[in-house]
Amino acid sequence: MSKKLLLKNDHIPGINTLATYKENGGYAVLTNALKNLSPDAIVEEVKKSGLRGRGGAGFPTGMKWSFLAKPEGVPRYLVCNADESEPGTFKDRYLMERIPHLLVEGMILSSFALGANTSYIYIRGEYFYVANILEKAIDEAYQAGYLGKNILGTGFNLDLYVQVGAGAYICGEETALLESLEGKRGNPRIKPPFPAVAGLYGCPTVVNNVETIAAVVPIIEMGGEEYAKIGIGKSTGTKLISASGHINKPGVYEIELGLPVEEFIYSEEWCGGIRGGRKMKAVVAGGSSVPILPTELILKTVNGEPRLMSYESLGDGGFISGTMLGSGGFIVMDEETSIVKNLYTFSRFYHHESCGQCSPCREGIGWMERILEKILDGRGTLADIDLLWDIQSKIEGKTICPLGEAAAWPVAAAIRHFRPEFEAYVTNPDSIKDIKHYYRLKN
Amino acid sequence: MMTNTQDIQFSKEAMEKVQKIISRYPSDRKKSALIPILHIAQAEFDGWLSPQTMDYVASILNIQSIEVYEVASFYSMFNLEPVGNCLIEVCRTSSCWLCGAEDIIDHIENKLGISVGETTPDGMFTLKAVECLGSCGTAPMMQVGADYHENLTIEKVDNLFDQFRNENKKSRYC
Ligand SMILES: Cc1cc2nc3c(=O)[nH]c(=O)nc-3n(C[C@H](O)[C@H](O)[C@H](O)COP(=O)(O)O)c2cc1C
Ligand code: SF4
Ligand code: FES
Repeated sequence: MSKKLLLKNDHIPGINTLATYKENGGYAVLTNALKNLSPDAIVEEVKKSGLRGRGGAGFPTGMKWSFLAKPEGVPRYLVCNADESEPGTFKDRYLMERIPHLLVEGMILSSFALGANTSYIYIRGEYFYVANILEKAIDEAYQAGYLGKNILGTGFNLDLYVQVGAGAYICGEETALLESLEGKRGNPRIKPPFPAVAGLYGCPTVVNNVETIAAVVPIIEMGGEEYAKIGIGKSTGTKLISASGHINKPGVYEIELGLPVEEFIYSEEWCGGIRGGRKMKAVVAGGSSVPILPTELILKTVNGEPRLMSYESLGDGGFISGTMLGSGGFIVMDEETSIVKNLYTFSRFYHHESCGQCSPCREGIGWMERILEKILDGRGTLADIDLLWDIQSKIEGKTICPLGEAAAWPVAAAIRHFRPEFEAYVTNPDSIKDIKHYYRLKN
Repeated sequence: MMTNTQDIQFSKEAMEKVQKIISRYPSDRKKSALIPILHIAQAEFDGWLSPQTMDYVASILNIQSIEVYEVASFYSMFNLEPVGNCLIEVCRTSSCWLCGAEDIIDHIENKLGISVGETTPDGMFTLKAVECLGSCGTAPMMQVGADYHENLTIEKVDNLFDQFRNENKKSRYC
């Protein structure tokens, strides 16, 4: 199932420039839409498309847009979330680096639809060189009259700016992002109010992921109904997957939603199978925060049906036997991988990234990190495994933002599916001596 | 609270950049420019943010110094202490770890004779282990200033360090 909407032109040399982007049909959708479609008609097409947010949560984009409050005389903002810091995720970087104008065109279209006259792209600080690529594309778009005052003679005005962050995963959470954009610490806000009512500077705001906004361009090009025919069920369209770990061909792939997981991992068209001809042990399918699944469960659901790359199929079985599509950060681990050590890298990450406002998150994650370190170090006990379970279960639902859960879920899933390995670390380390918890380079 | 900021001044080019950034936000929301300006300040003043530098930034934005300190101390890219000319940041999160990041870190430690978190005595290099930098498909990787160095091998690391020394590399973001 090879269907490219976003990356169809990514191989064309010079596609990052306005001239080449235009030669390949770029800005035609925008030009046509600004002249022939009303803002509401664009929102309607996005609703019909069934597009779901590509940042991780999968919330229907058209619905989010229709929640935007429109009080008289108050500016509205569109903010693009290019913070991309969920471990295993690097698709937004690829898209922005290769085809910056696709994001710019999507931002203009979406701003027009939402009635925003100032929009921001908030990009993680480490992507500094990507921010420069975007700035260049934006300059070109201003010169060509796609940005600024009276765009293409339609009377629509839009200023688009890039804002860099400075190293904080939490700023990917939309309200933390808005705080950061206001020049503050990235502390998530208590919701409600939601950004649709009180977002940037207290004004109604839509926050969308890079890939979501880019997808608006093909949706308006083909129409929402046609887009909805791509994919499977409520997982419409295509999705960018960041594939990494022990596979032969890591990289960013655009797949049609509904592709069988097995095909994605083993086909030459995609990941090309496991490195060194080894067996697969586990997969984290949607970025570090989603539950890890062992081979049998990532390839097939408990009912024996082939697992598909879609929101529903990956979610089949809930957290007992399923996982989530999340951000599409697909991390594959071979048979020699230490699940405990991998989990430790996640807990260390989340501990480092907690903003510190809520004690279950701030204290609980640090505690989990230290217990995992102790287990890896050979000083753990069976009671520590139960303690880990206990701590993770006390974070969910007790925090201001979902980072706490994002840190708890991977711990729960690793213990649920790989408990014998945790036990072996504390009772019989000899039995797992082939497992590499220190990973050597040469494979 | 203000310390003496007289000796600190942005260069003309830096000041132009700062003014341009400030103009991107509503006039009563200048504070939004704080993070981008701190990046410029860090690049201008030796790769770190001293209290004097932060006070200077506060004076430009007409905000309290404490507002700058609390932001600067939140974000991992801001250095509140001096760092080497060349800051080496090696990713150690899952995908990079799976592809051998620990070997790379060990190798650099041995090569430089320092541990993670330390600076070489000549002030040339500071080594940090950092969390996922969005380069997981080209793991293992490290970032040096704004540059991504990907698909690292021991040999590649050796060549890069030779190059850094030869050109007396300074890692800066701006
Ligand atoms: C801790 C945390 C980190 C997040 N990081 C990102 C991110 O890097 N990029 C992103 O688009 N969304 C991220 N999100 C989700 C955003 O809060 C928000 O749902 C998303 O930007 C909405 O856009 P979408 O509807 O287009 O997906 C994160 C959420 C949480 C709780
Ligand atoms: S859950 Fe964690 S990251 Fe989120 S607001 Fe609370 S302390 Fe901050
Ligand atoms: S895990 Fe190292 S760049 Fe993502």
